[in-house]
Amino acid sequence: MRGWFSMIEFLVAPFEFGFMQRALLGGVLVGAICALVGTYVVLRGLAFVGDALAHAAFPGVVIAYLLKGNIYLGATIFALATALAIGLVSRRGRVSYDTAIGILFAGAFALGVLLMSTIHGYTVDLFSFLFGNVLGISQRDLLLVGLLGAMVVLTIILFYKELLLLSFDPTTAEAMGYPVQALNHLLLGLIALTIVISIQAVGIILVVALLVTPSATAYLLTERFLRMMILGVLLAALAAVIGLYLSYYLNVASGAAIVLVSTCLFFLVLASLRLWKARRPRA
Amino acid sequence: MDKKPWKYCLEVRDLAAGYDDTPAIEGITFAIPPGQMVGVIGPNGAGKSTLFKAILGLIPRQRGEILLHEAPALSQRALMGYLPQLEEINRAFPVSVEDVVMMGRYPRVGWCRRPGPTDDESVRQALTRVDLLPHAQTQIGQLSGGQQQRALLARVLAQDPHLLLLDEPLSGVDATTQHAIFALLEELRDNGKTVVVATHDLNCVVERFDLVLCINRRVIAYGPPKEVFREDILDKTYGHHLMIVQVGDRRVVVADEHGH
Repeated sequence: MRGWFSMIEFLVAPFEFGFMQRALLGGVLVGAICALVGTYVVLRGLAFVGDALAHAAFPGVVIAYLLKGNIYLGATIFALATALAIGLVSRRGRVSYDTAIGILFAGAFALGVLLMSTIHGYTVDLFSFLFGNVLGISQRDLLLVGLLGAMVVLTIILFYKELLLLSFDPTTAEAMGYPVQALNHLLLGLIALTIVISIQAVGIILVVALLVTPSATAYLLTERFLRMMILGVLLAALAAVIGLYLSYYLNVASGAAIVLVSTCLFFLVLASLRLWKARRPRA
Repeated sequence: MDKKPWKYCLEVRDLAAGYDDTPAIEGITFAIPPGQMVGVIGPNGAGKSTLFKAILGLIPRQRGEILLHEAPALSQRALMGYLPQLEEINRAFPVSVEDVVMMGRYPRVGWCRRPGPTDDESVRQALTRVDLLPHAQTQIGQLSGGQQQRALLARVLAQDPHLLLLDEPLSGVDATTQHAIFALLEELRDNGKTVVVATHDLNCVVERFDLVLCINRRVIAYGPPKEVFREDILDKTYGHHLMIVQVGDRRVVVADEHGH
């Protein structure tokens, strides 16, 4: 009896605090949205672009911070501008997409680091954008995450089949008359928006993990697109919850904890599947 | 489907197109009335695939016009169905055969809407016609090459286009499937669709097409097989000697080993 009681206490205790309640909501929301968009990232090999857009948001964050403006706006502007620049640079053909991403990724991030180095004094706030600080998420932040997140979800619902066709067979999409370039831009825009929403929860450096790992784990478990999306969301939410517990009880960085739980889940599923396949005789 | 009788389904006028600054095909002019089965023949690199891609707007035109039902083809692409050469389909993608065939219905469903019962029925019928209904729920990567080809054909059927452009639809499939596919195409033609097939197999062309377009960067000849299937025209198209041999009541095309 005592055992059950203390287990429930263990589970409930962190969430007596307002900041933990907000962190839970924020973490789960961010994880879920990242997993939705992450489905496309995993299936279309956009992890590098995603990482690039996240890092490219950093100078926007620093500039907004220096000008005392809106961090989210600064991040969005720079992420979207970089997405555009990557497209422009690789258009002519001599510079490959991969190279263009690498160049803009590093250049933008270096700009952010340079600008940050001009601040002689308190820069902990900026570090929290790099590494995440979900425990410091405010009501206002939650509202923004909810609003922008709803926009992302709505867009995916509205353009579900078009984005599916685009991802599976862009040639046929174009042959049918779909504006493939515009749709690609839409997808990149969704990724950029998702990244911006996630900056507070896991930080710029780790957001790519939330875009990739839960969806990749889901991909191991199913052959259906919609199921992959839903499973990804559930896995991300689970990672957020477990990660937060770890962060609270072990007193470690929350964003990193969430990502590590997510990674462990991936390897757990991978190992289980391989063991399972090895034990079954080949049909 | 509209009942309006167009004189031509597809008109191509002085088309030039290519992948860089020099055109791979030029001076292409021909017109196809509705309800015809047209074979496009020519050696590798002659521009058969380029022609299809130019008509569909997948590569830019450098010169010329393409009209579908007397209006610019580019604004009516949903009315054109395309089966590309047996290229790499994204086999790892988590979609079923049914999902892929449903993609053919997307233009009809429209933006931001979900497919309905009519679309489900259309997909079912298309799958039945290519004999893939039992595999409707199979993930696309688990099909054989021939089954994949049929699935993509079913997608075109579900789209219900007026014009079908099929690039080498019969290569890579066994003889029985070839026969079945061809019967399907003839059925479409009989229902008033225009079916254009790029093919290597000259012998099937001789037998079954209404019109033949010979291409080698330019149009070498265009007309019924009787008129087009002459040794001089085939020589010009293929650049090496071919002989037409009468075997019983069929004409057969063979390579001329002795180079006369």
